[in-house]
Amino acid sequence: MHLLFGYSYKNIIARKLTSLFSMLGVALVVFVFAAVLMLSHGLEQTLVDTGSDDNVIVIRRASQTEVQSILPRDIANIVKADPAIAHDTAGAPIFTNEILVLINQPKRNSNEPSNVPVRGVTPMSLKVRPTVNIVEGRMWHEGTSEIIAGAKVAKTFQGCGLGETVRFGMRDWTVVGIFEAEGSGFESELWGDVNQLMDAFGRPVFSSLTMQLKAPGDFEAMKARLEQDPRLTVEVHREKEYYAEQARITTTFINILGTVISIVFSLGAIVGAMITMYTTVAHRTREIGTLRALGFTRSTVLLTFLAESVLMSFTGGVIGIFLASFLRFFEVSTTNWDTFAELAFSFEVSPSIIIGSLIFAVVMGIAGGFLPAVQASRLRIVDALRAKG
Amino acid sequence: MAETLVKLEDVSKSYWRDSIEIPVLHHINLEILTGEFVALMGPSGSGKTTLLNLIAGIDRPSQGRVIFEHEDLSTLSEGDLARWRSRHIGFVFQFYNLMPVLTAFENVELPLLLTKLSRAERHKQVETALAIVGLADRMKHYPNQLSGGQEQRVAIARAIVTDPDLILADEPTGDLDKQSAEEIMDLLAQLNKDFGKTITMVTHDPRAAEHARVIHRLDKGELETA
Amino acid sequence: MKLLKLIFRNTGRHKLRSSLTILGLAIAVMAFSVIRYSIDAWYSGVAASSPNRLITRNAISIIFTLPLSYRDKIARIDGVTGVSWAQWFGGIYVDAKNFFPQIAVDKDTFFDMYPEYIVPTDEMKAFLSERNAALVGRKLADRFGWSVGDPIRLTGTIYPGEWDFVIRGIYTGAKETTDETQWFFRYDYLDERMRKETPVRAGQVGWFIIWINDPSQAAIISEKIDRLFDNSMAETKTETEEAFNLSFVSMASSIIIGLRIISILVIGIILLVLANTMAMTARERVPEYAVMKTLGFRPVHIVGLIFGESLFIAILGGLLGIVITLFPVMPLVRTALGHFFPTFPLSVVTLILGMSSAIVVGFLAAVFPTFKAVKTPIVDGLRVID
Repeated sequence: MHLLFGYSYKNIIARKLTSLFSMLGVALVVFVFAAVLMLSHGLEQTLVDTGSDDNVIVIRRASQTEVQSILPRDIANIVKADPAIAHDTAGAPIFTNEILVLINQPKRNSNEPSNVPVRGVTPMSLKVRPTVNIVEGRMWHEGTSEIIAGAKVAKTFQGCGLGETVRFGMRDWTVVGIFEAEGSGFESELWGDVNQLMDAFGRPVFSSLTMQLKAPGDFEAMKARLEQDPRLTVEVHREKEYYAEQARITTTFINILGTVISIVFSLGAIVGAMITMYTTVAHRTREIGTLRALGFTRSTVLLTFLAESVLMSFTGGVIGIFLASFLRFFEVSTTNWDTFAELAFSFEVSPSIIIGSLIFAVVMGIAGGFLPAVQASRLRIVDALRAKG
Repeated sequence: MAETLVKLEDVSKSYWRDSIEIPVLHHINLEILTGEFVALMGPSGSGKTTLLNLIAGIDRPSQGRVIFEHEDLSTLSEGDLARWRSRHIGFVFQFYNLMPVLTAFENVELPLLLTKLSRAERHKQVETALAIVGLADRMKHYPNQLSGGQEQRVAIARAIVTDPDLILADEPTGDLDKQSAEEIMDLLAQLNKDFGKTITMVTHDPRAAEHARVIHRLDKGELETA
Repeated sequence: MKLLKLIFRNTGRHKLRSSLTILGLAIAVMAFSVIRYSIDAWYSGVAASSPNRLITRNAISIIFTLPLSYRDKIARIDGVTGVSWAQWFGGIYVDAKNFFPQIAVDKDTFFDMYPEYIVPTDEMKAFLSERNAALVGRKLADRFGWSVGDPIRLTGTIYPGEWDFVIRGIYTGAKETTDETQWFFRYDYLDERMRKETPVRAGQVGWFIIWINDPSQAAIISEKIDRLFDNSMAETKTETEEAFNLSFVSMASSIIIGLRIISILVIGIILLVLANTMAMTARERVPEYAVMKTLGFRPVHIVGLIFGESLFIAILGGLLGIVITLFPVMPLVRTALGHFFPTFPLSVVTLILGMSSAIVVGFLAAVFPTFKAVKTPIVDGLRVID
């Protein structure tokens, strides 16, 4: 078997051009396949990172997203008193009531408008979300029309860079700081003083309440307590699960589209591999006869040709993944259909994507090589020996 | 006295294989007269096919000149050489080299596609050529439906259909059984005698060479005329 | 071209290989057409826009509402001949996956603004006489198997609670591009309940639809409307319906760019497949090309043979691709993606593009083998027996 593997390898080298074309075909398919998986993984990762395991988010029942949720102050006060909420050293509950709205703002490169989420926050918001770090400038001062911008919004949208101003709600808002949040969804938001924003938007209600638990295990009890409280009409979610759900439509869309495209593309690559392998078999008919006359079995011949096809597609797969890995340096910014807000994220690789793509490549090799290999193994020795070439 | 059709002046040829020079022909001087039937004989590797290729203008000498009817072939470009071949040369290969996808008729017609002849004129010439080689009844057959001898006769028809000045044949009987070989040689001899065709043939078969009127022997790239 | 016969016969020489290549090409042309077609579908809402309609929404973003009282002020502006309004409802039918647009509309004026929604007279009468009546599109009704008279309950997301409706009519589109996937219900039904439950949200609308008789005045009228509400609590942004729809499409521009890139990559893959076939073909025919050159054929003839064969395969593949796109694939795509995209216009341009890319591929695939075939010296070509 070892000897025959070497034989396959040498045959691939001997037909450089043809082997190269089939390999590149597989590489291109694997590239697209991996790119789509990386895209939806990147999107999920960004949202999963947005939430924290220790945090709980409360929104109005059946509202699905923060933007659609409305929570009056009296409800906020009831929730804030829940015993499961952690307190800081000063004895204040680690709890923040926020408002989230969308503003229509043009992008820097295309001048086309898209929806930027604006979050009205409290000083406690930074304690609830320790991943948020101001990297340039400073925090806004309470009671002013100052905002801080997530690093990705600052880059993508007009007026959102440090020192620039954005106009909405009859006011000009000055960006006094830029923050990062480990690549999470918060980097796609603008943050201002919740009271100022509620005034400006004429919306005296909160969108969501986020708080830290004393212990993550307290969640179920707290959820039952709040959701069954007759004074409240709320939903209680673990923050991580809530944000992970915020791209369901978008990831489903990317995954369906990606799967369909990958399947169609792979048909092309399989046809390419088949053509190459059929021709290889045709050219080597006499060689096959010789191998069989030397005592190699039909199954060995079949495996040899299959191995040749798989070796080619596997190499193509490696090339495809290698190329796709460079996509990590690209950032995608698009509307998340679940929230209707612009969200920036990048392509992310994971071990399962690499393994999945390689398996996909090998499957293409087997699919493309199987019929030709069967044909090779079925040749009658006497006929094969008499063949031309 | 017949005129000189082809003249080789001090022709040498070497090939390069991985920067090693392999000399094939040494200072060959040769004249082929109009109407001659020449056989080039010699063992394998003696350079006889190379010599034939030089005369056919499908290869160029490393040194010396090949002159065809006062025209130095080395002065012609590749395109001009191709046009020159289509007018003056008919070539017969050892392995016939017919287009497998074309019928006998279409194979013979192939070189005529390079001329300005009308469709009707082409058909007349193809039919004549096939009649000369005795295959008028096999026109619609594909090469794989013909025997080796028949295939070679189609190839000869293809070589004569343009009425060339010189027919070159490379081991025309090399792939044939004895009887077919005999028929092919008779056909070539007849073309020479009855139609006045000048023929130069490479062979290592002494029986084939008997049909020729002049025999040149090549050995290790040197020419000795018998 | 006298060599045409040779080209056709050569193509038929390796039937399996040629058929596989043609099949590969057909799949690629089909994929290319379907991707282009999906891009067109994104823009279908834009194509359905009328130049006579302007849309006024809150300047901050579409999630903010406008007071209904703006209606009278807008109606007084010169050139405005009709005003209607609507509000996005965003309810859930059984499960969030069953998404479809639900829009609260003014029962008296909305359908005058949209003559392309055709409602039978008696069904319109029923809609007008019953507060919780709904009018649904033909495709939407087919999707869930609804018929007139069915009671339907939706769960509000923006407007809390359970909402009960009765389907009183099914509208159809006047044009191919008309969206038949929407659910319309009466604004007064929504507003009445808001007035009772959360009075601050009553009297608010999502957007106004403004009819103008002279589309050339669109920019001036939009400007006048927005000027009216400058420095008020709810500033407005007015644009043509086309621009309004386009702004939704442009939000997905990254996805559209991605699709365009993919549609080019699919052509790249098939280029590799065809180039592979042509490389193998040319390689096998090296001795034949040498024979033809010996017979006096020039490089131009050999080039013609290779290009001819490549183009011939490409054209057959392209045609087959168009056939499979039109027949089995399109209806499938329509059923699979029908509720993602309201309408599906298939443009001839898409098919022409698919066909021309096949031809370009046929051309490119021949380039490399041609170089090799032309450059191989005759003597070397004759020696190869493979």
